[in-house]
Formats: sequence, C-alpha cells, structure tokens
Amino acid sequence: MNTQTHISKPGLKNWLTSDTPQSRFQAQCGRTWLGWIKFTENKLAMVGLSIVIGLILVTIFAPILAPYDPLAADLTNRIQPPGAEHWFGTDQLGRDILSRLIYGAQYTLLIVGLVAITAAPLGLLVGTAAGFFGGWVDAVLMRITDIFLAFPKLILALAFVSALGPGIENAILAIAITAWPPYARIARAETITVRKADYIEAARLQGTSNLGLIIGHITPMCMSSLVVRVTLDMAGMILIAAGLGFLGLGAQPPMPEWGAMVSDGRQFLLEQWWVATVPGLAIFVVSLGFNLLGDGLRDVLDPRGGD
Amino acid sequence: MIEISKLNAWFDDNHVLKDVDISVPTNGSFGLVGESGSGKSTVLRTITGLVDDWEGNILVNNKELGPKRDKTFYRLVQMVFQDPFGSLHPRHTIDRILTEPVNIHGLGNSDARVVEALNQVGLDNAFRFRYPHQLSGGQRQRVAIARALILEPKILLLDEPTSALDVSIQAEVLNLLGRLRRELGLTYVMVSHDLAVVAHMCDDIAIMNHGRIVERATATQLADGTLEHPYSQQLYKAAGGYDRAVVDSFVDWD
Repeated sequence: MNTQTHISKPGLKNWLTSDTPQSRFQAQCGRTWLGWIKFTENKLAMVGLSIVIGLILVTIFAPILAPYDPLAADLTNRIQPPGAEHWFGTDQLGRDILSRLIYGAQYTLLIVGLVAITAAPLGLLVGTAAGFFGGWVDAVLMRITDIFLAFPKLILALAFVSALGPGIENAILAIAITAWPPYARIARAETITVRKADYIEAARLQGTSNLGLIIGHITPMCMSSLVVRVTLDMAGMILIAAGLGFLGLGAQPPMPEWGAMVSDGRQFLLEQWWVATVPGLAIFVVSLGFNLLGDGLRDVLDPRGGD
Repeated sequence: MIEISKLNAWFDDNHVLKDVDISVPTNGSFGLVGESGSGKSTVLRTITGLVDDWEGNILVNNKELGPKRDKTFYRLVQMVFQDPFGSLHPRHTIDRILTEPVNIHGLGNSDARVVEALNQVGLDNAFRFRYPHQLSGGQRQRVAIARALILEPKILLLDEPTSALDVSIQAEVLNLLGRLRRELGLTYVMVSHDLAVVAHMCDDIAIMNHGRIVERATATQLADGTLEHPYSQQLYKAAGGYDRAVVDSFVDWD
C-alpha cells in the first residue's frame, strides 16, 4: 500500500504531507513530520536539542573522544592550567579534566534517563488513578503525594541517600523517589478535567475497561503537559545529582561525575579556578539544553497551543 | 425490545426520574421530548449504565438489567451523544476511534469493518486517518454514528443527535439515521427537545417534565398539536417560535 502511494505521488515529502494517507503508518509519519517542522521553527529549542544530542554523542563516543584516561593519576602534572596539552587543565591528582568531563557525560545521561523513565510513569500512574477513581483512592494517593511534596526535593533526596548509603545508584533512586509527586499532581489535574468528558463515557459504552480507559484515553490527554514538565525538570535533576555528588553522597571517587568534580575543585577555587569551573559550566550548559528543549516541546505538544 | 417500568433515578439528593415507564417494540422508534433538565437524557444514560443511583426494572431484549452492564449489553445497545465535538477523543484518529471497539469485543478484521462503517454513514475513506478536529460537525456526528454501528447493535440510543448541528446538516443526519434504521432493522430511542425532529423520526412519543412522563402520544398527534396535557400544549406552543403572549401564559408544571 505504501509503495503504491510512492508511485502515484512521487517524493518522500509528498508522501509525508499527503492529506489522504493510505495507511496508519503513513498517517503517523506525516504527523511526526509536521511536528518536527513546527519544532524546527523554534531556534532556541533547536539549540537545546543539539546540546542534548551532543551529550548523547559524547557519551557514546567517549573512549574515542577522550585524549587521556580519565582515572589515570599523574602527580607530576598536578593542577596544570588549561593549555595545548590539557585543554581544560588537570585536577589535583593530575587527571585530564577534559577526559573526565567526556567520561562524566554518561553519568549525567544515566541519571536523567533513569529518573525520567521511572519517575514519570510512576507519577502518571498515581495521578491518573487518583483523578479517575476519585473518592478514597484519590484521598489516599494524593495525601501520600502531599507528604512527598512537603519536603524540598534536595533535602528529601539527601535523607534517602543517607539512609540507603552513598553511591550513584542510590542517588538516582533517591532523585526518582523525590521527582514523581509533581507529575502525579499534573496527571491528576488533567485527568479530572477529562474524566467526565463525553468521549470517555462514549469509550465506556464501547465496553472499554477502567484500565483501558486510563491507559488509552486518559493518559494521552496528560502526556503533552507531562513530557514538557519532565524535560524542564531534567535540568533540576542534573543539579540535584550534582548537589549530591558535591556533598559526597552521589558518585564516589574516582568516578568522574560532574557534581563530584565541582566538589573536588572547590578547595582550589581561588587559585586554580578551572578545576571547579569547567565541570560547573558543563552542568550549566546541559541543564540549559534540557530547559530549552522542554520549552520547544511545550510549543509543539501543548494542547492549548492548538494543532 | 426495551421495557422500562417504575424507573427512578437520583443525582445525589435530586430525584431526577420519577416512575418512568417506557416500552419500545423491536424495530420501533420511540421519542422522548421535554425541556432541558426534564430528565430525558437521564433515561438513556440510566439504560447504558452511566447513572449509578437508580431503581426500577429495565428489560432489554427480555433480559433484566443489573447494576453493571457487560460486554454483550454493549454489543446490543449503543448510544450517540449530543455533542459531536465532545464525544470523539481529540487525540485519537477516526481510524483508532472505530478500531478500538472492534478490538475490545474481539470481532477481528478491523480494517474491513472500519471501511464498511465509514461507508455506511456516507463518509469517504479519506477521513479515516484524520483527527476529529479536522472534521466538520456533521462529519463528526457521522463518525459518532459509525462508532455506535461498528459493534452491530440492535438498539441505538440517540441523545439529541442533531441539536449541535446547523439546520442543513441536521436534515442530512436525520435522513441518514432513518435510512440506517430501515436497512439494519434498528430500534431507536431518541431524545430531543425539537418537536419537529421527533415527529419526523419517531412512531411513539412520550413528553417529559420534571422527571415524569406527563403524556404519551403518536407522531401524528405531535405533528398536529392535538396533545392533551397542558404542559404538552405549552411545549407545542413554545416550539412554534417566540411569542410574548404565549410566553406570558406559561406556567411551571410539576
């Protein structure tokens, strides 16, 4: 069927923008294409996207890109200023900061990725269930959410990591545990606005089960605001991870996690500024990237933006 | 096909249906008329199980309905909602809207069924992968009718199916509904505040006010205005258009 369309209307672009798609697959591709066009019109969002893609590429190609071993100490080369040999200088153990930065990207990506794929679905599930069923289910789930929301994120994460023990896995777990409540709130609010809608009742009259309604009909209505919120929160997650690393509760030495690197460099901040500043800048740039990406996604996905 | 007796329903403390009795023969078309808030839509919603708090007997196809409706019920009875802008999921394509009931009931062959359902309601296949917001009101209502028909029900509950559409589209949709009833042997229960629509579509009519059926009539009686109950008279006059003298003579019947 697809090939037929190719023949009758040559060109991938025509196939994508056809207003009478011939198959589910073509219709889906066409919509993705239009969303992409809209996204590319936002220059700042494109900057954000390139930063995030850059981060992913650096993670994948770290062994090729890094000029030195990130863990190899060279005490004769301690705290060298940025120069031709070490672009970003070396730290207090003589390790190349650029290499540590490149290898550290994977931890940032790991933190953000794991938190996003655990906290967002959890919050979505809790929020939609609470909003959909109402009554005591709502009361119980939302009071639990309120308890989590009552503490500042970093403090709660600190408490969890201290209880679980320091380490990057526990830091990720702690961030995930503290990140879901806002998603549950958003999902619940969206659910309540749509749960009495005619199209939900119509679906019920088709014999759709409660689970089917939540997953197939309610969740799509929550997704756009949730995706935007998650991407905006990613910057915050990086910062909390960095904060935990800085306090020695996240990544443990000699792991080149960016927050831990800032923490190591703080003793030399006045004399040898680059040790702490360079990983700090990396955190800043990546956070900014996720923020810009989230802003751009909001424009494409926000239902109130009109599509 | 449908026998309802002594039906009472409540929304919290509001007693919205009071001893409603309705009987619809197979392949018949029954009209419920009344002003807004008279409880006519609630009758349909109670039949489909969207109202929790009710008492009385509802027999559909000689089977007594319990508090819960099962899948076999939804294959027998389907409903078309009033507002076609609200009854179609804004993030689902027409294709998905029509495919889903087929999959839920495990009917199989969804591709052919969707094409057939669109064909039945006179929509071109080109609409299949569009979103509801890319369709006009009349087209949306056709999709809603197609969705109700795809499960091959015997009974169609119509909740003011044309009141959200403009006049020229109303006639189209009414003709479509009339044709479908003849072709598929459907039984209709239609709710409307438009007396002309009901007189055109239905054989038997009940006039409701404040949750009670005040009068039963035939389509001819409704068309001629030979109604007996004073409230029915009042409704008939009101349908004639705005007239200050008529409006001043209105009383609240309870």
